[in-house]
Amino acid sequence: MSTVIKVENLSKQYRLGLVGTGTLRDDLIGWWYNLRGKENPIHKIGEVNDRTQKSQSDYVWALQNINFEVQQGDVMGIIGRNGAGKSTLLKLLSRVTAPTTGSIKLKGRIASLLEVGTGFHPELTGKENIFLNGAILGMRKHEIKRRFDEIVHFAGVERYIDTPVKRYSSGMYVRLAFGVAAHLESEILIVDEVLAVGDAEFQKKCLGKMGDINKGEGRTILFVSHNMASVRELCNRAMILEKGTVAQIGPVEKLVRSYVQNPLLVKSENDLMDDAKSRRGHGEVRFIKIEINKGQTFLDPDKEIVIQFNCKVFKPVSELYCYMAVKGVLNSDFVTSVGPARIADIPLSDGQVVQFTMTIPAGTLRTGMYPLYFWIGKLKEGPIGENYPYDVIDSVYYLNITSDKNERDLGYNPDQPGGYFNMPVKLSDVTFI
Amino acid sequence: MNQSADSWSKVIQPKSSLLDLKLKEVWEYRDLIMIFVRRDIVAVYKQTVLGPLWFFLGPLFTVVTFTFVFRNIANISTENIPAPIFYLAGTTLWNYFSASFTGTSNIFVANASIFGKVYFPRLVAPISQIISNLLKFFIQLLMFFIFWVYYYLNGQISINIYALLFPVLVILMALMSLGIGIIISSMTTKYRDLQNFIGFGLTLLMYATPVIYPISAIPEAYQPFIQFNPLSPIIETFRYGFTGAGTFSWGALAYCSGFTAVVLLIGLIMFNQTERTFMDTV
Repeated sequence: MSTVIKVENLSKQYRLGLVGTGTLRDDLIGWWYNLRGKENPIHKIGEVNDRTQKSQSDYVWALQNINFEVQQGDVMGIIGRNGAGKSTLLKLLSRVTAPTTGSIKLKGRIASLLEVGTGFHPELTGKENIFLNGAILGMRKHEIKRRFDEIVHFAGVERYIDTPVKRYSSGMYVRLAFGVAAHLESEILIVDEVLAVGDAEFQKKCLGKMGDINKGEGRTILFVSHNMASVRELCNRAMILEKGTVAQIGPVEKLVRSYVQNPLLVKSENDLMDDAKSRRGHGEVRFIKIEINKGQTFLDPDKEIVIQFNCKVFKPVSELYCYMAVKGVLNSDFVTSVGPARIADIPLSDGQVVQFTMTIPAGTLRTGMYPLYFWIGKLKEGPIGENYPYDVIDSVYYLNITSDKNERDLGYNPDQPGGYFNMPVKLSDVTFI
Repeated sequence: MNQSADSWSKVIQPKSSLLDLKLKEVWEYRDLIMIFVRRDIVAVYKQTVLGPLWFFLGPLFTVVTFTFVFRNIANISTENIPAPIFYLAGTTLWNYFSASFTGTSNIFVANASIFGKVYFPRLVAPISQIISNLLKFFIQLLMFFIFWVYYYLNGQISINIYALLFPVLVILMALMSLGIGIIISSMTTKYRDLQNFIGFGLTLLMYATPVIYPISAIPEAYQPFIQFNPLSPIIETFRYGFTGAGTFSWGALAYCSGFTAVVLLIGLIMFNQTERTFMDTV
């Protein structure tokens, strides 16, 4: 195994606010300092990237002193909350923008998939777009020709290959775009949450294809995703970014676990408040604390799961309803939900704190990782219109249900649970004749 | 793990050398250039009834208008040759410069969505603009030659040896529009004001170039200003070679070549410095 990516002291600084006002002045200052062989004073204004706090200066470090190495054949997952610097890191690696300081050393061709279908032109046919997109991603024409049939077959668009892509369904469009990307012949592949599009079946196919690329051809993949299940499935190593620095790096299993439940990395009580402004919902009432089994990391499928909520009223409201949904790991559809359940139908005044608990009975959910969706709000008045959300927390908390029992004791294989629920089926009348 | 520095195939660093123009990398992406050219040509005329005929109609209307306004109303001299062929020679060349320049000067802003997602040598985009406009230019040139044959057979115009300079003129014009275009495009990523300037700046430049008048029609006192314009020798030489109208001077052509070389070098340097971080400011 050799090192194919080596990142040393990598930092990236961005200018906040309106770019364009005062840049000339700052440019001149920087130029004047450079001319005298001194360090640009603007680069010194270092600040941790914390988007919840108003910045003191106009410049912010999106990444600061990142160091890591990736070995050939590694599939490295990059995880972190919004604004942690994941996308910036990918942009630097894929050379979309240059770093402010530090260096990245690469061995082999690098292809980046920060988006599927980059450069697709709606007027051109599927065939023309395969060549266009492939060339943009760095393939030579003869390479695309060689892979052409494979790409078309992977995308399943044989019939429409001479039709302009503007006539494609969005699913076909994405499949074609991913097909090109999946057949790139580069040694290093960088993938950013492109799997957030397309239907569940296709996502699995993409994940599978990416896995094949890695196992079959020894390629190195860097994969950014919010979807812990895909990261766990695909990657062997992972890196957690936090506020522009590397918080942890190591084997994927360990990191995903600590990311999902570690209150420091995910949401502490303070974080939940800090983050409130950027959340969906109108803010009359906000979640201020949510605790699953009092902070337990791994949940036992044979025990009940107790979720405690603390909400604070910031503006008087007339009623309070709560809705909770359990999402699927791969396609993030709601697999089941509860509510909207009435918490209060009397006016609540500001400053009041409302506590309540939801309990999922033992044996309801099978093993797996389930993102949770929480909603509090007001119901619509008549039969039409939409419910009014006060606060929404989506896929921040997870139910991580694991069991070390074997199939015989548990009643199913904990590694392949075959669904989300224990169906309430009664087995009876077993007779031997 | 000790590896010698040269075993890395690529090192990404904050700054690159001023003179590292990455032309080799552009060559590696030559397939992309050709595909971009094809896209530009094909996409414009899909779903139009007249298709490539539009390449002809544009300059035809221009020439009719020019003949009417500048020749018949304003009575500006076209030396001793028929007005339509005079204007056609000027506008065909001018259109190429104008289209290439407009295309390249906006390259970062127009391609921000692609540039922001994937890396390829950014120079690929302006170069493919130059080439696709060159193809349109050749189609328009076809119309020029149809008129030219007509007037030539009528004995109203004459051809001379300087017509052989035609390939040189085309290359000069292509490189000049590339050079100026990428300088402007490098600057517009930060200082958007320039974009507003380009529209009327180009119109002004056309009137400062002998497109609708011969240099000889300019009062003696103003002639140096027109000759200072590096586009003037190109259009004058072309018109002189193919129609016999106008003037020719090796000195003017040398000045034009020197200007092109300098502008292109400055443009490449600025472009390469800008492409590294323009996504942060665009």
